[in-house]
Amino acid sequence: MTTTLLPETRERRLSGAKARPAGRSRRSAARRTAVAWLFLAPFALVFLLFTAIPTVAALGFSLTDLRGADLRTPFAVDFTGVENYVRLFQDRSFRQDIGNTAVFVAVGVPLTMGVGFALALALHSGIRRLRGVFRTVFFAPVVTNVVAVALIWRYAFNADGTVNKVLGAIGLAGPNWLDDPNLAMPVVILLGVWRNFGTAMVLFLAGLQAIPQDVYEAAALDGAGRWRQLRHITLPLLLPTTLMVSVLLSVFYLQVFDEPYLLTGGGPLGSTESMALYTYRQFGAGEFGTSSAASFVMLVLVALVSLVQFRMLRSRT
Amino acid sequence: MTAEPLITRQRALARPLLYAALVLCALLTLLPFVWVASGSLRSLDEIRADPGAWLPHRVTLDNFVRLFGTQGFGRFLVNSVVVAALVVVGNIVAASAAGYALAKLEFAGKRLAFGAVMAALMVPFSAVFVTQFVITVDLGLADTLTGIALPALALPLSVFIMRQYALSIPDELLEAARIDGAGEFRIFFRIFLPLAGPAVATITIMSFLNSWNNFIWPLIVAQSMSTYTLPVGLAATSQAAGHVTDYGLMLAGAIVVMLPVLVLFLFLQRYFVQGIAGSGMR
Repeated sequence: MTTTLLPETRERRLSGAKARPAGRSRRSAARRTAVAWLFLAPFALVFLLFTAIPTVAALGFSLTDLRGADLRTPFAVDFTGVENYVRLFQDRSFRQDIGNTAVFVAVGVPLTMGVGFALALALHSGIRRLRGVFRTVFFAPVVTNVVAVALIWRYAFNADGTVNKVLGAIGLAGPNWLDDPNLAMPVVILLGVWRNFGTAMVLFLAGLQAIPQDVYEAAALDGAGRWRQLRHITLPLLLPTTLMVSVLLSVFYLQVFDEPYLLTGGGPLGSTESMALYTYRQFGAGEFGTSSAASFVMLVLVALVSLVQFRMLRSRT
Repeated sequence: MTAEPLITRQRALARPLLYAALVLCALLTLLPFVWVASGSLRSLDEIRADPGAWLPHRVTLDNFVRLFGTQGFGRFLVNSVVVAALVVVGNIVAASAAGYALAKLEFAGKRLAFGAVMAALMVPFSAVFVTQFVITVDLGLADTLTGIALPALALPLSVFIMRQYALSIPDELLEAARIDGAGEFRIFFRIFLPLAGPAVATITIMSFLNSWNNFIWPLIVAQSMSTYTLPVGLAATSQAAGHVTDYGLMLAGAIVVMLPVLVLFLFLQRYFVQGIAGSGMR
């Protein structure tokens, strides 16, 4: 209501509270709109070129047999309908990648949230001193360049790397982590967790700080101990934050690319290849149609996750 | 009543344990940084002789000399700086203007425009990069620094940050200028922008971070060493034959890529945290 009234009152104030002919006010409204869109023009241009058109075009491409070699002659491309999608789901490696991506989400999201929440809780209500220092340290991985960190992880998880040295010191023979189809995945997920728990921590900290202190005081007066306060006050009041963090992280892990690309290249035997890596591999092979189809499947999944979790958020609050 | 001292005793025991656990977590988090810094300062022979050592026996800058002398990292560094400068300036201009319009102006299509910002925040990069690449090729910008910077020139996150901040600036200030007959552009430059400093700072930091750490898009667009940014250059160098075992060189490269952002982070932490907590996105 207020937003629709605002320009009206502004106009009246401008014209000295006198009624004006309708034509003039319509013209000034048109002028205002033109000025506003002028302000929006740079963003709108980039949005059209690199978000709106690509999203629509990706759907279009996914229905054609477009290949890298066709870029110069776009009209030679044939419309092939859902053929790319059929081929996609018949491709065993794509089905494996869906499974891998599901593992990334199912393991990565709770692990990242758990670490982030535990640290946020410890910093918020567990300690009095050095809060700022700990927060800085735990947030540092978020801003750190992934290419550099992945390099370090590759050295650390080498057959004769730091991790195996430590294991050797306590008498255990360390495996060749990144070459083992069963062990590569946990290492790749661990890098994702290391890079993201800081984000979860900061968001949980903000959520914890928003809970009024007197709720706890009232509960303490009623004799509620720390665990009961956590279960019956902190966790329920933190639900909106928890849902927001889980949406963000789910969307992140659904699109995970950097970690597997840099650590394993998707191997060994495709055991760490994500859906995003599949689209990139198809793109690299010049199969733009297949790549677009795979990326459109991802777009739908990301949209679904966001939608489901926002629905939950709205119904609970 | 008797439970009271027991709880305090438990807590007195729990706090040092909690500190110890946090210190352990902090050490685990910092370990990679310490290791990379120490490794970059050790000579190749020294690393080969004792790969697991934590501190250099003799500090040498040889790795950095080789990095910039023969491995082309000087070029990658310049490219990264140029792209980041373009992205930061683009975001300040585009997001200030768009954020102002979305928060402070009434016009036809306002909801549509804000919907576009929200949609752009949600569309995953991996869903659009193929078409983004095709468009970049069509614009004749493949393998150019402009092509690398272009899609990031007006990030939806920047617009969102500016809009949220602009909402907190009281309308009365702008209304007063309007009554005095100032035009929208004058109001924007003379009154709004000077007040938007904190949002501009956050946008500067966030768009710099985005550009400096961006990996997939420059990997796709840059097709020759002359347009590699630092992360692409580092990844390419580490994948080139013989370099994987050249630990010192690679760790020096990692330092060059990580250090600028980490230093900025140490000094401007507030804006990093605000930028990420405010939106939860990178």
